[in-house]
Amino acid sequence: MKDISCKLLVIGAGPGGYVCAIRAGQLGIDTVIVEAKKIGGTCLNVGCIPSKALIHAAEEFEKIERIASGASPLGISAGKPALDLSKTVLWKEGIVGRLNNGVAGLLKRAEVKVVEGWARFRDGKTVEVETEIGPQVIRAEQVVIATGSDAIELPFLPFGGNVISSTGALALTEVPSKLVVVGAGYIGLELGTAFAKIGAAVTVVEAEGRILPQYDAELTRPVAKRLRELDIEVLTGAKAKGLASKGDALSIEAADGKVVTLAVDKILVTVGRKPATEGWDLDAIDLDMDGPFIRIDDKCRTSMRGIYAIGDVTGEPMLAHRATAQGEMVAGIVAGEKRSWDKVCIPAVCFTDPEIVTAGLSPDEAKAAGIEFKTGLFPFRANGRAMTLEKEAGFIRVVARADNHLLLGIQGVGAGIAELSAGFSLALEMGVRLEDLAATIHAHPTQSESLLEAALKALGHPMHI
Amino acid sequence: MTEHVIRLPDVGEGVAEAELVEWHVKIGDLVREDAVLAAVMTDKATVEIPSPVEGEIVWLGAEVGDVVAVGSDLVRLKVRGEYSSSAPTGARVAPRAKAPAAETAESAPLAKRPVGDSLERVPTATALPGSATDRPTRTAPFRQFAGGAPRPEGEKPLAAPAVRQRAREAGADLRQVPGTGPAGRITHEDLDAFFARGPGMARAPGLQPRTAVEDIKVVGLRRRIAEKMSISNSRIPHITYVEEVDVTGLEELRATLNNQKRHDQPKLTLLPFLMRAMVRAIVEQPNLNALFDDEAGVVHQHAGVHIGIAAQTPAGLMVPVVKHAEALDLWGCGAEVNRLAEAAKNGTATRDELSGSTITITSLGTMGGVVTTPIINHPEVAIIGVNKMMVRPIWDGSAFIPRKMMNLSSSFDHRVVDGFDAALFVQRIKTLLETPALIFMEG
Repeated sequence: MKDISCKLLVIGAGPGGYVCAIRAGQLGIDTVIVEAKKIGGTCLNVGCIPSKALIHAAEEFEKIERIASGASPLGISAGKPALDLSKTVLWKEGIVGRLNNGVAGLLKRAEVKVVEGWARFRDGKTVEVETEIGPQVIRAEQVVIATGSDAIELPFLPFGGNVISSTGALALTEVPSKLVVVGAGYIGLELGTAFAKIGAAVTVVEAEGRILPQYDAELTRPVAKRLRELDIEVLTGAKAKGLASKGDALSIEAADGKVVTLAVDKILVTVGRKPATEGWDLDAIDLDMDGPFIRIDDKCRTSMRGIYAIGDVTGEPMLAHRATAQGEMVAGIVAGEKRSWDKVCIPAVCFTDPEIVTAGLSPDEAKAAGIEFKTGLFPFRANGRAMTLEKEAGFIRVVARADNHLLLGIQGVGAGIAELSAGFSLALEMGVRLEDLAATIHAHPTQSESLLEAALKALGHPMHI
Repeated sequence: MTEHVIRLPDVGEGVAEAELVEWHVKIGDLVREDAVLAAVMTDKATVEIPSPVEGEIVWLGAEVGDVVAVGSDLVRLKVRGEYSSSAPTGARVAPRAKAPAAETAESAPLAKRPVGDSLERVPTATALPGSATDRPTRTAPFRQFAGGAPRPEGEKPLAAPAVRQRAREAGADLRQVPGTGPAGRITHEDLDAFFARGPGMARAPGLQPRTAVEDIKVVGLRRRIAEKMSISNSRIPHITYVEEVDVTGLEELRATLNNQKRHDQPKLTLLPFLMRAMVRAIVEQPNLNALFDDEAGVVHQHAGVHIGIAAQTPAGLMVPVVKHAEALDLWGCGAEVNRLAEAAKNGTATRDELSGSTITITSLGTMGGVVTTPIINHPEVAIIGVNKMMVRPIWDGSAFIPRKMMNLSSSFDHRVVDGFDAALFVQRIKTLLETPALIFMEG
């Protein structure tokens, strides 16, 4: 096949890579993007989007089931619902398909050439792609590595059979009656909760002392409470040891050291993700590494001139919107703009029940940084809108410097508060003080009023508590 | 609280408009009665506009450099209730009818702001109600940051994303930019100031390159000078003629006169002698005491000798005029020069005293240098430049003797003055100055 030459080559069409390519195309850069699987990457195909679809379906089902059980105080009655998970999966695949096509259309409109296949580096300027119709050599002046990450596999619980990753869980067409989730991070809890809501008996095994160990206990408490309400068994301080009998049981070492065997239909292993640095001949270009990640500077430049890396392959937090922002920035840099990474915060959302949003510094992080700070916490049980939604669990918390009231962080836990995250990030990115938040009218009746109240609380004069 | 409008007063002599050259106040300032609000300039006279009331400035009607019509709104003040909004304007003279009648603004100055005329230039943002009153409360509790002091070591500069990007594009390091916003936040205005000033204190020892470019608006007197100089230099083909003058005898005479002068007589400088010498020379060459109207193609040859004396003032170059030098004796010339120079320096010279010259002298005294190339004061046709007087060795045929020598560098409009005439004029002055008795010889 005839070699392709281009100004910019992007390897990986996830939320980092495809945004980088679209932006580069908009900026008039001759751009090629290579993707081995489907356009959209983990996020769109087997991550953010499909998992949110499943979570939504599970929430709807659970809501009706609760009403059917007569537990709803709203005066609504309904018959017992039924779920055809295979249809749910079809609906989910429909959304994913629409988004795949949408991104492909955007790439086309930006005049980005898409090459389907697996890329390998020959040298810093040359990549060979195994396509369906043979090897394709691409020579590029600049290369962006956006290969993403993969689910970590436990050596004693390799994926296959009843042992599934999040990708496998999202493809299930039948609800497993007994599901064990290994790892109580956000992916395990999101999916575990969803499966519990649609009828699975779920057990979560977590080696650490509590769920969502990356968040502070105050934030995770409402989630832990909800897990109990959903009859999800959480075994903290427990370690998975391996499959027992014929693969229909998991042996674990419980917190007290005793080895217990849990009967399972499926074992969902969600113990984290690792950067995808293998299989594309990274050795050929010998980049400096930062642990398992590719080392980058504040312009996403790697140790080799003309090679950039963005997204999960470059480190934590492994979040789609971090990759997107990096990709957008790198496209600008390639086009000659003066850009560098100077974000104040990368917000993170955990779609558990209730949802957790974090932006900026938590109280623990502020303390570790040696900053004198004050906090203000406003619970949703004092928020009118939350009451009308029957979603009174959770709160919004602000962290601000003690001396000048500069906002350092905003965190919250509560139903649907993922949608408030934009306001949190904006406040932090703009360098807002508590007084600014307090002086901003927050529409009534909304859950967002709790942010205003949290700021007022930190200032010492909340209105509604 | 009501609003008080101050309009541009009639600054005299039938002037219809004036250029705003300086604001002494800004929006949000509290001013007392009689505090100077602004300075406006008409032709060459600068007039200060005082405030007739006490109040808070809420609106400024022009930017420095704008030409404002007499009677237009210049300043709006928020004043205590007892002042009626239709109170007489700040003018010493009643405002012209041009001021819109609808100016009895009460609570909504913006809504009532008339459009058209010079008011259009006012940026709306500066007139937003309340923008001034917010300010103290925002900065007050955190004064330690408001001063723009460098933030503590290792602390990240605080700025909105757009500000950060702008700094990056300009190559500015935000860590060096003092922030005046809340909590030390760096605003777009802080960046403007930083760019204007350049990186303040040098961080590293040793010499630092300075990259700042300050834009200084050429306004007021400076603009007039610039315009006049452009006209003079672009229209007039100058011929400059330099001759040296032995002023030893003149200096002796001057010393004697100064020693014997009466108490009420001014101390004589060289200028009165030169002026009198010019008067004598002009009698013989009246075509050099003239104004050349080059558009009409007419040389107006004046009988009266009105000598402009170029003077450096704090505001810039001014040319006060000694009228009818032919009718003033030596002492009279000296007294008039002193009076006008003083008035020009103090800014009290009237428009009349600053115009009407027919020929000009330019002298920088001890800074006069050896040679200058004077620019003719258009539409005049001649300018006499006085260089520094110094003792030089002069060959008298047998030996070098020390003499007090001084050069005259004089320029003439070559369109109407031939080189020969120019030389003749300067030689005549030379002769008069070298034998000063001739200046005073009658007939």
